[in-house]
Amino acid sequence: MSYTIEGRTGTWEIVVGLEVHAQVISHSKLFSGASASYGGEPNTHVSLVDAGFPGMLPVLNRECVAQAIRTGLGLRARINLESRFDRKNYFYADLPTGYQISQFTHPIVGEGTVEIELSDGTVRHIGITRLHLEQDAGKSIHDQDPTRSLIDLNRAGVALMEIVSEPDIRTPEEAGAYLRKLRQILRYLGTCDGNMEEGSMRADVNVSVRKAGEAFRTRCEIKNVNSIRYVMHAIETEAARQVEVWEDGGTVDQETRLFDPARNETRSLRSKEDAHDYRYFPDPDLLPLVVEQDWVDELEKALPELPDDKRARFQKEYGIPRYDAGVLVAEQAIADYYETVARGRDARLAANWVTGDLFAALNRTGRTIQDSPISAQALGGMLDLVSDGTINGKIAKEVFEDMLETGDSAADIVERKGLKQVTDTGAIDAAVADVLARNADKVEEYRGGKDRLFGFFVGQVMKAMAGKANPAIVNEALKKVL
Amino acid sequence: MSLDPATVRRIARLARIGIDESDLQSLQGELNGILGWVEQLNEVNVDGVAPMVGTGHAALRIRDDVVTDGDCREAVLSNAPDVVGPFYTVPKVVE
Amino acid sequence: MNLTELTIADAAAGLRRREYSAVELVRAHTDAIAALNPRLNAYITTTADAALEAAGRADAALARDEARALTGIPLGIKDLFCTNGVRTTAASNILKNFVPPYESTVTANLLRDGAVFVGKTNLDEFAMGSANITSAFGPVENPWKRKGDEQTVLVPGGSSGGSAAAVSAGLAMGATGTDTGGSIRQPAAYCGIVGLKPTYGRCSRYGTIAYASSLDQAGPMARTVGDCAIMLQSMAGFDPRDSTSVDRDVPDYSAAVGRSLKGLKVGIPREYRAEGLSTEIEAAWQQGIAWLKEAGCEIVDVSLPHTRYGLATYYIVAPAECSSNLARYDGLRFGERVPAPTLDGMYEASRRAGFGAEVRRRIMMGTYVLSAGYYDAYYLKAQKVRTLIRRDFTESFQQVDVLLTPTAPTPAFGQGEKMDDPVQMYLNDIFTVPASMAGMPAMSVPVGLGDTGLPLGLQLIGRPFDEETLLAAGSALEKAAAFTHRPAIRAEVAK
Repeated sequence: MSYTIEGRTGTWEIVVGLEVHAQVISHSKLFSGASASYGGEPNTHVSLVDAGFPGMLPVLNRECVAQAIRTGLGLRARINLESRFDRKNYFYADLPTGYQISQFTHPIVGEGTVEIELSDGTVRHIGITRLHLEQDAGKSIHDQDPTRSLIDLNRAGVALMEIVSEPDIRTPEEAGAYLRKLRQILRYLGTCDGNMEEGSMRADVNVSVRKAGEAFRTRCEIKNVNSIRYVMHAIETEAARQVEVWEDGGTVDQETRLFDPARNETRSLRSKEDAHDYRYFPDPDLLPLVVEQDWVDELEKALPELPDDKRARFQKEYGIPRYDAGVLVAEQAIADYYETVARGRDARLAANWVTGDLFAALNRTGRTIQDSPISAQALGGMLDLVSDGTINGKIAKEVFEDMLETGDSAADIVERKGLKQVTDTGAIDAAVADVLARNADKVEEYRGGKDRLFGFFVGQVMKAMAGKANPAIVNEALKKVL
Repeated sequence: MSLDPATVRRIARLARIGIDESDLQSLQGELNGILGWVEQLNEVNVDGVAPMVGTGHAALRIRDDVVTDGDCREAVLSNAPDVVGPFYTVPKVVE
Repeated sequence: MNLTELTIADAAAGLRRREYSAVELVRAHTDAIAALNPRLNAYITTTADAALEAAGRADAALARDEARALTGIPLGIKDLFCTNGVRTTAASNILKNFVPPYESTVTANLLRDGAVFVGKTNLDEFAMGSANITSAFGPVENPWKRKGDEQTVLVPGGSSGGSAAAVSAGLAMGATGTDTGGSIRQPAAYCGIVGLKPTYGRCSRYGTIAYASSLDQAGPMARTVGDCAIMLQSMAGFDPRDSTSVDRDVPDYSAAVGRSLKGLKVGIPREYRAEGLSTEIEAAWQQGIAWLKEAGCEIVDVSLPHTRYGLATYYIVAPAECSSNLARYDGLRFGERVPAPTLDGMYEASRRAGFGAEVRRRIMMGTYVLSAGYYDAYYLKAQKVRTLIRRDFTESFQQVDVLLTPTAPTPAFGQGEKMDDPVQMYLNDIFTVPASMAGMPAMSVPVGLGDTGLPLGLQLIGRPFDEETLLAAGSALEKAAAFTHRPAIRAEVAK
C-alpha cells in the first residue's frame, strides 16, 4: 500500500530507516559482572567497572556475544567472525567513563533481511544493514531535587544490540510491521524481551522525503521513540514537516529531533554549533573479537524455529490458511499452545477454536496465553469430545464457557450437566414426530416447495432435545419423514 | 596543518576543558609545534599496511555470563563529591 | 650494617637468618623517608605506621617459617597503582583525595608475596612526562649530583621519577613503575638503577590508572638485575580482569639471572646512532658491546628503519588514548569537583582546575587527532606506522636474540632545562619509545658514570615474553660494569 504526501509542488514519498536498540537478555552486563536485571535499588547493580573508576577494565560477556549472533542468524544476516569494539567519546552525566563502548567500524553482524507482511497481504523485504553490540547508559532523574539531577547507574553497561535497517521503509505501516516483526523474532530467539514500555526496545527513526525517482534527500533522526504507534505517528508528522520545509523553499537540516506525542510534533534536540564529534577509535582495552565458525554453527543448530518457518510449516502440516498460521505464530507461546491442541486432532478445528473462542475469551478476561484459564490439554480434551461425537459443536461452546469459569475438564462438565449428545434414533424420531405434528401447516408449506423451512424443523427438534441431539442424525431423520 | 584559535576553542570544548584567552595563545603555539613535528610521519609510506590492533599475543578474553560483581553501593559512592541518598548528583540538566 | 643499602635478595636471606627483623628493616626505610623525603619529594604519601604493622606481621610469618619471596621487604609503589584504602593520586589535583576501595592486581600480587609498602611514590601527573616536573605534588629531586656541583637540582627522569629516586637513595629496596613510552627505563637510567618494562600483557593493568592503554605496562625498579627478577616474578601473571593480559606461565626469572650468554646474538640497531648521541653515551654503548662480546655474545649490526618515527607516532597514539581514558575525571563520581550552575560548566571548571598544563595539552592533542576529518591523517596513520615499527623488531629478532641500545640520549638534566618546548622534552624518550610502540620487553641497566659523574644506562630489548634473556644479558652487563656507585643524597649519608 503506497503512502504519499500530496504537496503544492507535487507528490512526495517518504524514506524511512530504523535503528532499534534492543536490550540483550543476559544475567550480567556486557563488560562487567554486575547484574543486568531490571529494577533494583539505585546504584546497586553497579560495579566499579560500570562506575568508571580509575584502573577498572572491561571484560566481555560471552552470552551477550551469543545473543548477538543468534539475533544475526534470526535476521538471516552475515555473522562477522572478526569484529571490534570502539569507543564513542562524549560527555554526559549518565555515561561514567566519558565514552560508550560500541562497535563502529566492524560490527558483529552484517547485512540481513526481515520479511514483513502488510494488511493487504503484500509481502516486503526490509534490508538489515548491521547489528552491533554496545553499552547502555545510566539514568538521570530530574524531578527529585530542585537544583540537581540525580544519577543512577544500574542500567549503565547493560548490553544493547543496535539493529540498523536499510532505508527501505516507505510507509508508516511498513515501519510498524517491521518493528512488530523484529520484536517477534527477538522474542522467539529469547535475545530481547521486546518490551517497549520498559524501554528494553527503543527506536531511532530516520526520516526523509523525496519526489518519485529522486535520490535521497537530507534525513532527520528522531531519537528514542518508545512505542510502535508513536513511531508511525512520528514518521507521518516529520514527513509532513519536511514536505512543508522543502515546499516553502527551505532546506531540511540533518539533525536529531524528538517526537512529542502529546502535541504530535517533532522538535530539534540539539543546536548545530554543539554538533557531536564522537572521536571513535578502537578500544585499546579490548582486542578484536574473533569467533569460531564452529560456535556460530552450534548456535545456529540450537536456534528455535523462527516465525516465518513456523508459519510455513503450520500451513503445510496443519492445512490452515496463511493468515491463520500468521496469527498463530505471532508469539511462540501461542504457537506452542496451538500445536499442543492440534497435534493428533482436527488441526483446522483446533485453529478455529484457538483464534476464535480462546482469543476472544483471553481478550475479554485480559489474560495472555501463558495464563490462559484453559490449558492446551484441556482444550484438546474438549475437541476430543467433539470428534468422538460425545458432544456437538453447539454444546461445545457451552462446555467451553463452563471450562472458562470453573476450570473443570470438558468431560466432567459434560457429565455434570448431562450434555452428552443424544444419538438414540428412537428418541430423535419421537421428537421429530412431535415437532412435525405440532407444525402441520409448515409441513404443508415445505412439501409445497418451501425448502428453507428445513432449517426451522432442525431448530425445533434441537430445541426440543435441549441442543444435545446429534445434528447429523436429526437431519437424517427429518429428511426421511419429510 | 595548523590550528587557529577557533579550532583550539572547539577542541577544548570537545574535551570539556575550560580555557581562557590567556591559555589560548600558548596552547595554540604548543599544539602547532607538536603537530608540525609529527608531520614527519608524512615521509612514511604506509600503503597496504594494516593499522596495529593489539599486540597479537592474545585473543580477546570472554567471560561467562555470571553475576560476580555489583551490590557495592558504599564503594561506588565512597569518593563522590556530592551524594543525595543513594545517588550521584550533577547540576540540574534541563532536557 | 646499613639496612638501606641491601639488595632485596640479601635482605630476604638476612631476614630468614634472623640477622635483623622485618620491623628493623622497614623502620630503617621509613626513617630514611622521614629524613630525606622532605627534600627529594620521592613520595606523595608515606605509610610508615601501616608499614611497621605489616612488618610486624612479616616477622610473625618469618617466625612461623611461612615467609614468601618478598616477606618483610619494604617497597615503594608508584602512585598510579590503586591501593585499597590508601590515597592514590596519579600526582594530579583531580585525584588529590581519591581513596580507592580496591587493590590493583600488581600490588595485590606483591602483598600476597609478603611485600611491605612504605608509601606511594611521586610521578609525572598521570604518568605524562619525562622529568617528574608535572606532578601536582611538586617535582622530585634526583639524588645524584653532577661532579663538583652540589647546587644544581637534577631531574630523576619520568614518569616513574619518585620510584627511581626512592630506590636510588635507599628510601625503598625496590619500587613499582609503569612504562608507557619509557617511564621505567629512562628514570632508572637517570638515577643509576635497574628498570624493567615487561612485554605488553605480562603484568595486569587492572587497578592501575590508565594513561595510554595500548602501551601502559607495569614493571619493577630496583638496584640490581636480580632484584628486578624477584619483583617481576611476583608482579607478572595472567589476570582475567584485564582483557589484554596474556595467559602464559610465568617462568623462573631468577634462574635467568647470571645465565651463560654463550652464542647469544646481540643486535646493534644502527639507527640509534644518528640521533645526536652524546660522546659519553656513545662510549658507554661501545663499552657495553665489548662486555657482551667478552661474555660470549655474537654482535650483529641490525636495522630498525622505522624506529626514528617511534616518537612522533607515540605523541599521536598516547594522547589520543589519554584523551579518552581521562574523560572519566569529570568531578561526578570521584575526584575533585568545581561547582558550576550547569553540567558542562562543572565539567569544564573541574577539568581546568584538576589537570595540570601537560595533561591538558595531551588531552587537547589527543582530542584533535581523533576528531572528525583528522582521524585518518593522524591516528590511523600513526597506528599503521606502529605496525611498521613492530615489523622492524620482529624481523630483527629473526636475526638476533636481543638488542642493545642506549636508554636515553643524555644523562639526567637540571630542573628548568628543556622546559620551554614540549617537543624538546619529548625527545628524552626517543630510544625507549620504539619498544613500547611494539609491545616488546626492555630493560635499562646502569653501566657507568658519564663525564659529569652521572649514571648512564643501556637498554636491552627482547623478544615478546623473553624477559629471561633481558635478565641474563642485563646481569652480564651489571657484573662487567660492577656498578657500585651511589648517589650523593642517600639514606646512609643522611644518618
